[in-house]
Amino acid sequence: MESSMDSLKSVRRSKEEKKLLRRQIKTSHTLLKHEGINTVSQPTKHLVVSNGGLGNGVSRESLLQVLKEGGTVESLLTPPAKPYAFVTYSSIEACQNAYTFLNGRALQCQEEQSVTLYFSYVEKVDSDRSVPCALPPGLLVLEDFVSPEEEVQLLHAVDWTPHTDDVTVQKALKHRRVKHYGYEFRYDNNNVDKDKPLPDGLPAECDALLQRCLADGHISVLPDQLTVNQYQSGQGIPPHVDTHSPFEDTILSLSLGAKTVMDFKHPDGRSVAVVLPERSLIVMKGESRYLWTHGITPRKFDVVPVLEAGGSGVMTSDLSNLTLSRRGTRISLTFRKIRHTPCNCAYPSACDSQRLPPPPTVPVAEGDACRLESQYVHQVYEEISSHFSSTRHSPWPQVRDFLLSLPPGSVLADIGCGNGKYLGINPEVMSVGCDRSANLVQICIERGHEGFVSDALSVPLRSGSCDACISIAVIHHFSTQERRQAAVRELIRLLKVGGRALIYVWAMEQEYNNQKSKYLKERTTGTSMENGKELKTEENKSNQPEKHDRKMSSDIKCTEDGFGNVTQPRIHVHTNRTAFLSQDLLVPWHLKGNADKNKGATSSSTDVPVDNTSQSPVFHRYYHVFQQGELEEMCLSVAGVKVLRSYHDQGNWCAELEKTHYISSKDDIAQEKV
Amino acid sequence: MKLLTHNMLTSHVKGVVKGYPLVIKATEVKVNELEFNAQFVSRMIPKLEWSALIQAAEWLGQSQDLPSTLIPNYEKDEDFLRKVHRILLEVEVIEGCLQCPESGREFPISKGVPNMLLDEGE
Repeated sequence: MESSMDSLKSVRRSKEEKKLLRRQIKTSHTLLKHEGINTVSQPTKHLVVSNGGLGNGVSRESLLQVLKEGGTVESLLTPPAKPYAFVTYSSIEACQNAYTFLNGRALQCQEEQSVTLYFSYVEKVDSDRSVPCALPPGLLVLEDFVSPEEEVQLLHAVDWTPHTDDVTVQKALKHRRVKHYGYEFRYDNNNVDKDKPLPDGLPAECDALLQRCLADGHISVLPDQLTVNQYQSGQGIPPHVDTHSPFEDTILSLSLGAKTVMDFKHPDGRSVAVVLPERSLIVMKGESRYLWTHGITPRKFDVVPVLEAGGSGVMTSDLSNLTLSRRGTRISLTFRKIRHTPCNCAYPSACDSQRLPPPPTVPVAEGDACRLESQYVHQVYEEISSHFSSTRHSPWPQVRDFLLSLPPGSVLADIGCGNGKYLGINPEVMSVGCDRSANLVQICIERGHEGFVSDALSVPLRSGSCDACISIAVIHHFSTQERRQAAVRELIRLLKVGGRALIYVWAMEQEYNNQKSKYLKERTTGTSMENGKELKTEENKSNQPEKHDRKMSSDIKCTEDGFGNVTQPRIHVHTNRTAFLSQDLLVPWHLKGNADKNKGATSSSTDVPVDNTSQSPVFHRYYHVFQQGELEEMCLSVAGVKVLRSYHDQGNWCAELEKTHYISSKDDIAQEKV
Repeated sequence: MKLLTHNMLTSHVKGVVKGYPLVIKATEVKVNELEFNAQFVSRMIPKLEWSALIQAAEWLGQSQDLPSTLIPNYEKDEDFLRKVHRILLEVEVIEGCLQCPESGREFPISKGVPNMLLDEGE
């Protein structure tokens, strides 16, 4: 059957086919790796069309046109912002046909670019692949809030012709034009000068619509600040939360001219694209105003529902209904009320009035170390003591073994005893605990243990009075090498000669001998564990101080202050359940137990239930995590000690020490001076 | 705070040479009956500063005629051990303070917890 001509052709063709096949395989790998889409080699009725998505500028209509060449299209799903689409044909044959003939097809898309379509079979198309999404809590979109006549009036009221005397109120920003009324919004500090109102108030043309807002109960007081933004097609505004401190809760924004799509994003990553039709008004309150960012992606085409006739609302979950819409010029009028008292919203992570102080630096001087530990260790434990204690119940097995190995009648001191979970392990032993946190010691006493409040650097116990001492997860809270060493020295002072001490500190290495610590594993398994059971609750929280954190973590290295002085590195905030990026860090603790605290604030602005847990207070504890060998080295630098054994236990470095001889207090003092 | 704990506690105020024993000024003392364990008590005795224990018991009016020096062969004297058991483990200071005998610095005891924290530079 095959002529020599045919075989020559097939050789030539196979080169292109091979290239096509390579591309196809590559795209199906990408789909699996990044999108979790499993492609199959057996023909089915469904194809995934790589490069045929709204996300890379292919409109639904033009794609459909191509797909119809293969046969009857049953459905086409075009997920927003994705570079692929799903097509279902009426039969496997039609699908095979499309697969064979359309693979590698070039398609002209928006912006005069061309894309190449690659097809792969999929077993089925997940119709609920899209995330169902509601409007952000507190957000309202009111369609046709102004009439076309009113729109014309309002547009006319904004005079864009430059005046020499008001250069400050009208600005051509990089991506859009703005004009301010009432008060100037300053883009240098994202704030307003409350004591410098602009001479003229809001344009009189706005009165009617504002009175309507008042009458409808959307606002309770009239706004006194207006920002007008003019967006040309392709222009946008970066995602932002309107600064809390200058403006009250409710923010109104009227869309004139052309419709657009506004993207709302929650700090936890949830994202909702909202269509704002021309002449619609959005009312932002509560969570949508204080916590969610809103922005307009600079682009010339928006993904919008096909059939919406000027309709508003969320980008629907119906993916068979989305296409691209060319943007026109849009003018927005944003009305705000100047706030005269600091914001006390329920979203401190996004609130400039409630902003956290800048992160501390790694201390060098003793005084700085004391202040750091006071704020980031002592005060924190005092505040979280009861929640902390509720997460600390099961003893670590190797610590328990140590305690059970002590001869009956031994005297044991637990320096940094927390809620006293080790004090009752061995009933044959006289155990006394101490902790810096009075609240935690109180818990020990209530449980029938002996304890007192004390600092681990100066323990008020007789020298040589103890047969054994333990220091479990304590010394990593000291912020200088000198203080950590002094804590070991103090521990040894308490021991009699021959007495033993067990020290546990948190390890920088959370993965050891190819084993992830429970702390890291917890991220995926979700089972409870000891060293930070709280982190389980932290995990499902939003990463609310996200921006803050990132700023800090970019700051780990020493920096020069511009005068040639090297300043100490900032201590960055650790992301729970991840590897440690530096030795000195702040570990967040999300306090449970007052989830109802913000209920009033949220329910007043919206009827949608709010996940209050994401607004639980966050405390930061300072830690110095130890590197391999660091603990032993530190212990050996203390006189009169030998290291009996050292080991890694679930993300902790551990050392068991024995006091070999007595060091007089005179030597102690001499040592301190060194 | 039991007197066993008091027996271990000492003043740690900077510069103090003789800060032991801490003077007990109690405003509330409680006696909690506890199961007597002769072996435990006799094992504890050698760990104690005997005279400080007797002194502490006297401050609380609980000395029970215990001798100011430790008797020999106490392990076999159950009556003695019971008395020691009482002052060592059953008597508890709930409210009051501990005072450094040298500097006079007072450390409050509240709800049974001595607060031995020093101020900065103390």
